[in-house]
Amino acid sequence: MKYVSSLREMSQALADGEVSSAELTQDHLARIKEVDPQLNSFITLTEEEAMAQASAADALRSQGDRRPTLGLPIAHKDIFCTKGILTTAGSKMLGNFVAPYDATVVTKMADAGMVSIGKTNMDEFAMGSSNENSYFGPVANPWDTDRVPGGSSGGSAAAVAGGLVAGATGTDTGGSIRQPAALCGITGLKPTYGRVSRFGMIAFASSLDHAGPMARSAEDAALMLSVMAGFDPRDSTSAKRDDAWLADMLHSGIAEPERPMVIGLPDQYYENSSNQESVTAARQELEKLGHTFKRVSLPHTDAATPVYYVLASAEASTNLSRYDGVRYGHRCENPTSLQDLYERSREEGFGDEVKLRILTGTYTLSVGYFDAYYLKAQKIRRLITQDFDNAFAEVDLLLTPTSPTPAFRKGQLTDDPVAMYQQDLYTVPTSLAGLPAMSLPCGFSQGMPMGMQLIAPAFREDLALGLAAQFQRHTDWHLKRPGEIN
Amino acid sequence: MTDNTIKPSDEDSPESSDGIDVAHLSALARLALNPETTSAVAADLQSIVALIDSMQSVDTQGIEPLSHPFDGSARLRADEITENPDPEHFQRSAPATSDQYYLVPRVVE
Repeated sequence: MKYVSSLREMSQALADGEVSSAELTQDHLARIKEVDPQLNSFITLTEEEAMAQASAADALRSQGDRRPTLGLPIAHKDIFCTKGILTTAGSKMLGNFVAPYDATVVTKMADAGMVSIGKTNMDEFAMGSSNENSYFGPVANPWDTDRVPGGSSGGSAAAVAGGLVAGATGTDTGGSIRQPAALCGITGLKPTYGRVSRFGMIAFASSLDHAGPMARSAEDAALMLSVMAGFDPRDSTSAKRDDAWLADMLHSGIAEPERPMVIGLPDQYYENSSNQESVTAARQELEKLGHTFKRVSLPHTDAATPVYYVLASAEASTNLSRYDGVRYGHRCENPTSLQDLYERSREEGFGDEVKLRILTGTYTLSVGYFDAYYLKAQKIRRLITQDFDNAFAEVDLLLTPTSPTPAFRKGQLTDDPVAMYQQDLYTVPTSLAGLPAMSLPCGFSQGMPMGMQLIAPAFREDLALGLAAQFQRHTDWHLKRPGEIN
Repeated sequence: MTDNTIKPSDEDSPESSDGIDVAHLSALARLALNPETTSAVAADLQSIVALIDSMQSVDTQGIEPLSHPFDGSARLRADEITENPDPEHFQRSAPATSDQYYLVPRVVE
């Protein structure tokens, strides 16, 4: 079975009548069945529902519907609620949870005629950077199946990189779209906080959770974003925006940048990275295209990881208190009391990393510790945000490595949570600031793909996507494929 | 100048004389931890707390906390019924129900 082609190519083939959505969907399902036993990138395949959606799309097309997204197969990270379909968040706790409603992202993509072929594997409750924390087993990196795909959206990243699907949704709380995108050699975008609705997305840390697209190119990511984005009255932090470029990208693709960009290189992101060479080469390519570079400083970068782990864990311990074995989710056998029901259901239903984060959050929110940890972290969060504001007074975009290392071996960091947390070094600052940031492939190290990160001012995803698309028109890193998986 | 780190010792303190009191924390979090894993969890928590303590050196004098990106606050909507409640539909994933009630072990004897 061959790799699936890009969303844009499939869109064109559908428009030209070369293929039907039903045929495309069948091809996807066949490839997944053949290849996924080696990757474990899917938790659930929704074959029947997908074929029904594909047939409906084909029927609409025969009636003259020409929307560019009509009939395109995609997959959803298993953190998005899908009505009538298992929605696990990678946890035993939700191992039998059938969502009673659709997430807004799921609704919007279905309304655009896209075909959901299944739900992708992930670190439990999106907590992890290697996809080794899934109750449904680890995911393999298609470039080397002994290595991790990154996390937490590791299933989506591996499925796209392995050519099982051209686009998949992901979520990013501290880097969970960008880091696996980098480690698997694909393009992933964390939009601005508020750009994409969080309604129906299982909550990890509400002030940090973002949904976004994962695809093989900036063009495909933009196509997905244009459908996913938009104000949602059911998400109290959804932003009311009227950005005409979203529709322009949907219908006409990404335009060339209007002018050369001034791109900032934050000193703090280049001090300890082993990912210098590929980003330096990318920088030279961008210089050839007429863009200029300027060193900038983001002085509170070092504090971002500790601040993130205080805030994310505190919000997680609060959000995950809802899993009590009473209303839905795992319940222990023969509880002797209500207290026993809560304590054993949670002990049995949650994995080790989730428990660790809940305990960390419980610790920092404890009486007498709240000011020293939670409030202190919120104050530094403001300083980190101000660092970005100051930088964007001087430059249009920022260019950094996405991840300090290429994909590491399975098991390499599992016994050292702090070393695992350092994987997020370059991605958490923008999570805290809510700024749009994307990772795109820019080279290889140790035979594994490396990613670079473009960070834009709030609600200026168009700047990052514009530069990324231009870069991808002049390079072919994003077109590299892993060898056939066997 | 740095903020004072406030670590009072009171009866709710999550620290005991030999470090983090995992038993107390897990009781607060309603997590019945397996006793065999407690020491490993305590060690992991100690290293995480060491990581997060590194932020204490940042000067935050006069800085207001930021709870959401862009100082966003939760928007309120009109207090109107917008959906038809369908308890049976929403209770389909519940472990134990009866007459639209959720069943739990007896609380009052």
